Amino acid sequence: MQKISRFDIINRLKDLLADGNVDRVLGWKKGEFRYDVTPHVFTSAQELEADFVWGDFCGANFSKYLIKETAKSDKKVAVLLKPCDTYSFNQLLTEHRFDREKVYAVGVACDGMADIFKIKKITGDGISDIKENGEDLDVYTIYDEKPVKIKKTDVLSERCLSCKSKKHAAYDELLGGDGDVLDSNRFDEVAKIEAMTEEERYAFWQGELSRCIRCNACRDVCPACTCEKCVFDNPNSGMENKSPANEFEEKLFHIIRAFHVAGRCTDCGECSRVCPQRIPLHLLNRKFIKDINAFYGEYQAGEVVGSRAPLVDFDKEDVEPKNAVGKEDK
Amino acid sequence: MQVNEYKPLIVAFCCNWCSYAGADLAGNNRLNYPADVKIIRVPCSCRVNPAFVLRAYQRGADGVLICGCHPGDCHYTTGNYYTRRRMALLFSMLSYLGIEKERTRVEWISAAEGAKFAATMNEFVKTVTDLGKNRRLEDLRCKK
Amino acid sequence: MYKIKISDLPALFDKLSEKYDVFLPVDFDNGAKYKKYEKGDVLSEKLNTVKSPKDFFFPQTEDMMRFKTEGKKIDVIDIREPKDDFIVFGVTECDVKSFEVLDNVFLSEPADTYYAEKRAHGVLISRACSKPSETCFCKTYGIDPSEPSGDISTWKADGTLYLRPNTDKGEAVISVISGILTEADDDEVNKEKEKINKILDRLPLKNLTTEGFGAGKTAELFDRPEWAGLSQSCLGCGTCTFVCPTCQCYDIRDFKTNDGVIRYRCWDSCMYSEFTKMSAGQPRLTQKERFRQRFMHKLVYYPENNGGLYSCVGCGRCLQSCPISMNIVKVMKALGGKNE
Repeated sequence: MQKISRFDIINRLKDLLADGNVDRVLGWKKGEFRYDVTPHVFTSAQELEADFVWGDFCGANFSKYLIKETAKSDKKVAVLLKPCDTYSFNQLLTEHRFDREKVYAVGVACDGMADIFKIKKITGDGISDIKENGEDLDVYTIYDEKPVKIKKTDVLSERCLSCKSKKHAAYDELLGGDGDVLDSNRFDEVAKIEAMTEEERYAFWQGELSRCIRCNACRDVCPACTCEKCVFDNPNSGMENKSPANEFEEKLFHIIRAFHVAGRCTDCGECSRVCPQRIPLHLLNRKFIKDINAFYGEYQAGEVVGSRAPLVDFDKEDVEPKNAVGKEDK
Repeated sequence: MQVNEYKPLIVAFCCNWCSYAGADLAGNNRLNYPADVKIIRVPCSCRVNPAFVLRAYQRGADGVLICGCHPGDCHYTTGNYYTRRRMALLFSMLSYLGIEKERTRVEWISAAEGAKFAATMNEFVKTVTDLGKNRRLEDLRCKK
Repeated sequence: MYKIKISDLPALFDKLSEKYDVFLPVDFDNGAKYKKYEKGDVLSEKLNTVKSPKDFFFPQTEDMMRFKTEGKKIDVIDIREPKDDFIVFGVTECDVKSFEVLDNVFLSEPADTYYAEKRAHGVLISRACSKPSETCFCKTYGIDPSEPSGDISTWKADGTLYLRPNTDKGEAVISVISGILTEADDDEVNKEKEKINKILDRLPLKNLTTEGFGAGKTAELFDRPEWAGLSQSCLGCGTCTFVCPTCQCYDIRDFKTNDGVIRYRCWDSCMYSEFTKMSAGQPRLTQKERFRQRFMHKLVYYPENNGGLYSCVGCGRCLQSCPISMNIVKVMKALGGKNE
């Protein structure tokens, strides 16, 4: 159950459209089922009333769409941002990727999003409806009249389980109030892998990355990946390759992808959310964040607009690579 | 026929101003270091993109070395400070993926340190020889 | 019709793998994937694999030939090796039908010998979908998941697996395992079919029709204003095309080895900015055109060239995998006839 209702959000958005402050709204559009929500640009009150949704499946982070959207017109666009999305929003502003003047940022409070794959793991396929029922989700399937009752906390997305902040890092107005920066346990999983032996780590990642189908969804959804021409698409880069031809190519792609956003990744978790093969890609990005914190001091990308990313910065007393790497090793 | 003893292939990216000159000095002073080290001259150690390191492994390197001026002595004032950060993160990631961390290294060698250059190379070749062939980051297609 | 207890399946797989390479869907963390059978592997209960079985005949990456150069001489080396017979077990009917779509492309003259070779050696053991999912819409294309085809059809009912060979290839496989099978009649299977058909009537997408699509609809659909809205949040990733059992576009590329070249082909995606790029650039300039291409190909161009057969089988993989949940069902509902 989310703190703020769909109804309240729609009402506020309708006002914004009516006032002429904005002429369109980036929001979530309902799909065929309860969980297949699509990012959509709404332009009228009727459209909002008919198709706008807000609920436990509105995971998509709209920050990156603002680059395209603000380039389209001189009018302001309203955008709905969950706390984690606002970090990406700030990071894009830091990198001058869109015009802040053309955006009206509406922060929405978020109680965490549900993961449909986790739900299906419990209920199986054939979900006909999912109803929010207090702290529970009632999942109806085509096989049974009675719903399967699931605790929402049992099916929270991986990224929401270790939510770093319920506090919005940027907004023009807030719906549903603001929360606090949380003392998350988000590096626990990374530490677990670090604690493995070298052979175990190799086997673990070999297994995970071998499933990669190189669909580029992780890259294309990433709010930090905004290059005009990605090295992996550029025939002149010497890196272009459309297929995960072998183990080396799989590793090359994922190391370089994560490295290119190191220090700029806000840990929004979109990469893992969209991976069709459920590869825990956020664990690569988080490793960089954890290392940056350990080597160069705590840094949260997107917390403040204009902060200097650790990889375009240095300190004369920085740790030497040989003293930094693998200190956690057994 | 003689059985071939394993000889590693080492790629050393050397900055033009310090380490490459250091290699020259080692040569002028007739200091020995193994021929297994292939030097690639770069304008500054910070020219080395993480992909260069991975590409070297793909093409058959068993160890990769990045050599630059001592911190503070960069010809471009600050280049090697960036190298230091980048490579610390890259090496840490490689180790996280289970690739032997001893295979990759950053060394600061000045133009006057011919002896250090030779000693470093001798020691690194020995380390990599002990580790054996690079199996975890190789691309078998290259050997076909 | 033959039968075997589900609990005896390991014995069946063991027996088959003595003669064939057997591939079957097994579970991983949150999905299923095809894997070569090894002792101890358990057949997945999931409706479908994340990635379709087209990989067996049209692999994501496939080396085609090698070149070796010596001075000014170039040697072309054929690297194809004779293939052994292999079995793909547990293919759902939508996926079986997807091979018809691929066959039309790869086996029409001039036939693609790489694909043909694998098709000739592959044995498809299909299975009826005892639990179709909300994302299924194979009925839209006239596919019957209760009556699977392939070389051998199987049904699961009451802890028993029923097998019916349909082809000579299938008979040959049955003869290998006939020792552990017993003869059966059709009663249980008919009951199971009825059960499946009842479920099909409850599927949320049961009324989806192809009305408004098909051969000759290009002029009508090409410039429809809805394309802009449908494609506006498309990320341009290749997920839908790579999980799709019928997408068949590929790119041919050269990989430079240490002393030669490997020519290989790999799946390509019409969603990519580099797709069909030529010296004059990419003909589809924005994501809207690329997005339109994919659905027009599936619903109009392909049927136009293949006697009305659609190149979508309603497996529902793209519905489950698309990062932004935009998919062919939404497109059909927005542009089609009576889909409101």
